[in-house]
Amino acid sequence: MRCLILFLFFTITLQANTIKVCASCDVKTIKEAVLLAKKGDTVLVKKGLYKETKIYISKGIHLVGENYPVIDAEFKTDSVFAVKANDFSISGFKFKNIGMSYIKEIAAVFVSHSKNFTIKDNILENVFYGFIIQSSKFGLIQNNKVTGNSEKESTSGNGVHVWKCKKLRIEQNKIFGMRDAIYLEFVNESSISNNISADNIRYGLHFMFSNHNEYNNNEFRNNGAGVAVMFSKFIKMHHNTFHFNWGTASYGLLLKEIYDAEIHDNYFEQNTVGINIDGCNRITYKSNHFIRNGWALKFTGGCYTNTFEYNNFMHNAFDLSYNSRLNDNKFEANYWSEYTGYDIDKNGLGDVPHRPVKLFSYIVGKTPETMILLRSLFVDIINFSEKVSPVFTPDKLIDKTPLMRPVNPVE
Amino acid sequence: MLKILKYSIFDLLRSRWSYVYFTFYLLLGFVLLFLNNDVNKAVITLMNIIIVLTPLIGTIFGVMYYYNSKEFTELLLAQPIKRSQIFMGQYLGISLSLTLSLVLGLGIPFVMYGLFKSTAIFDFSLLILIGSFLNFIFVALAYNIALSTENKIKGFGYAILMWLFLAVIYDGIFMISLIIFNEYPLDKFSLFATMLNPIDLSRILILLKLDISALLGYTGAIFKDFFGANIGAFTSILILMLWVVLPLRRIKYKLKRKDF
Repeated sequence: MRCLILFLFFTITLQANTIKVCASCDVKTIKEAVLLAKKGDTVLVKKGLYKETKIYISKGIHLVGENYPVIDAEFKTDSVFAVKANDFSISGFKFKNIGMSYIKEIAAVFVSHSKNFTIKDNILENVFYGFIIQSSKFGLIQNNKVTGNSEKESTSGNGVHVWKCKKLRIEQNKIFGMRDAIYLEFVNESSISNNISADNIRYGLHFMFSNHNEYNNNEFRNNGAGVAVMFSKFIKMHHNTFHFNWGTASYGLLLKEIYDAEIHDNYFEQNTVGINIDGCNRITYKSNHFIRNGWALKFTGGCYTNTFEYNNFMHNAFDLSYNSRLNDNKFEANYWSEYTGYDIDKNGLGDVPHRPVKLFSYIVGKTPETMILLRSLFVDIINFSEKVSPVFTPDKLIDKTPLMRPVNPVE
Repeated sequence: MLKILKYSIFDLLRSRWSYVYFTFYLLLGFVLLFLNNDVNKAVITLMNIIIVLTPLIGTIFGVMYYYNSKEFTELLLAQPIKRSQIFMGQYLGISLSLTLSLVLGLGIPFVMYGLFKSTAIFDFSLLILIGSFLNFIFVALAYNIALSTENKIKGFGYAILMWLFLAVIYDGIFMISLIIFNEYPLDKFSLFATMLNPIDLSRILILLKLDISALLGYTGAIFKDFFGANIGAFTSILILMLWVVLPLRRIKYKLKRKDF
């Protein structure tokens, strides 16, 4: 019986053929090789220049590039690979010059209605969209490097554009100079980790209506508007870095209508706004670092039952600002570099509660124009007097047990 | 005039006050750099101090020097020297010695901590330039007040009030009017209002050079458009100069009519 299984196994594996593609091979184009290949076959593309687009893949084959063969789309308005198949993989290619269109979505790899696929180790240069994945499941998009030279939002596309998918893993990709680096819409139960997205003209990461996802260890740097995430539930964001998203319309992280999320151990440095929070409920913010941001936290709408604990707020121009009521949000045991209280019993917790909202940030919330008085002596004086005897800032918005020392200080 | 200038500088040096002032800035510079060791960050902290303290010290020094050297000035007036030369000499003496203390006091520690290798050199020089301007402006204003007030105590009072007004109260009125007239377009108004106050103008000039300007929002963008352009930079320097020249003219005018 065991022999039979082994025999069957070998016959099946032996049946999988490898089709080689190169200038001097029998098969000279990838398109031809894809047509020849049967399910389970491997198409091995040798180093060279292939000027091809519109390669349709409808069976589970493996496309492997050897030493990064270049596929130049010559700015034609068609995707290079259009895939509608299960169990396929694409790896080791270098895609170039994907054309721009106002009406079609054109990508290096366009995947739809597929399952169990792997797209990894590709290099994409000067592309309109990098990868478009639609209505698919169980995919891995790993270790790709996507660069574009986007100038305007209307004429540029996204690095990884995912629509209506489930259980994807997007890992270790590096995405620069696109419109949005990673764009997810209706994507559930997926994990996005260890990606680097920098210098994109709009968002480093952008998702909507995408629930139960995890975002870990990603780095978002110097993106036009930072990271924007909206209308999603049960999200986990751990150990991400948001930094240098600096500009008049820039956010480290913009949250809109996010419910029941966990935002832990993230690092926000030098963003105009660390986190902009709009209508978000039941989120726990724990052990995050807010360092040298313009605003560490900016509330712009009804936010209820959020918890902030063990966060470090260090050297931000404003730690907190809001323009409506901030009921029912809990601040506990955070470290505030502005805290001036004392700790007589030496238990590490300050004996005097800390009020994170300064009078000036309250005034700026009401009348944004007053911002030009930033760092004026008058502002320091009114802040001080408000601190001594609070009149305008809400009584309830306090950290009763501020920490005396930062949590896990980072170098 | 040069002789009087030389004399008042030496006089100030003898009186040790400029040493105190110089040591203060020296210590400040070293402590700031010792605490965060980053020239860029130290420049930001320094801005607050320069904008508040230089005007205050300029004012107090100006008034104090005028009243202290009053008898000697009267003696000089008896000599065949032009009035304006005597007072210009004294004015330049104070302003220059204060500026010297500022430049050396802050320059030495920053240069020692590697200013020339850092990117902050431009910001730092702007800071020093503005600090010097503030010195000249506030000594001139203080001299105006002292010349118009015979009573020493009153003179001091007015001078401090003047500083308080420009450094604090003005911003208060500014803020309240911004809040009250919130429904109107306020960017031109705020641009104009900052121009009228040398302390505010200096603050905005430095703020816009530091990257904190992204916080300033819409109004800030308008300011940046204005001050970032050559015309804006030129205008603001011109206005700072006007703030020196106009009080000086008034001193001259006052001198012609004053009975010592």
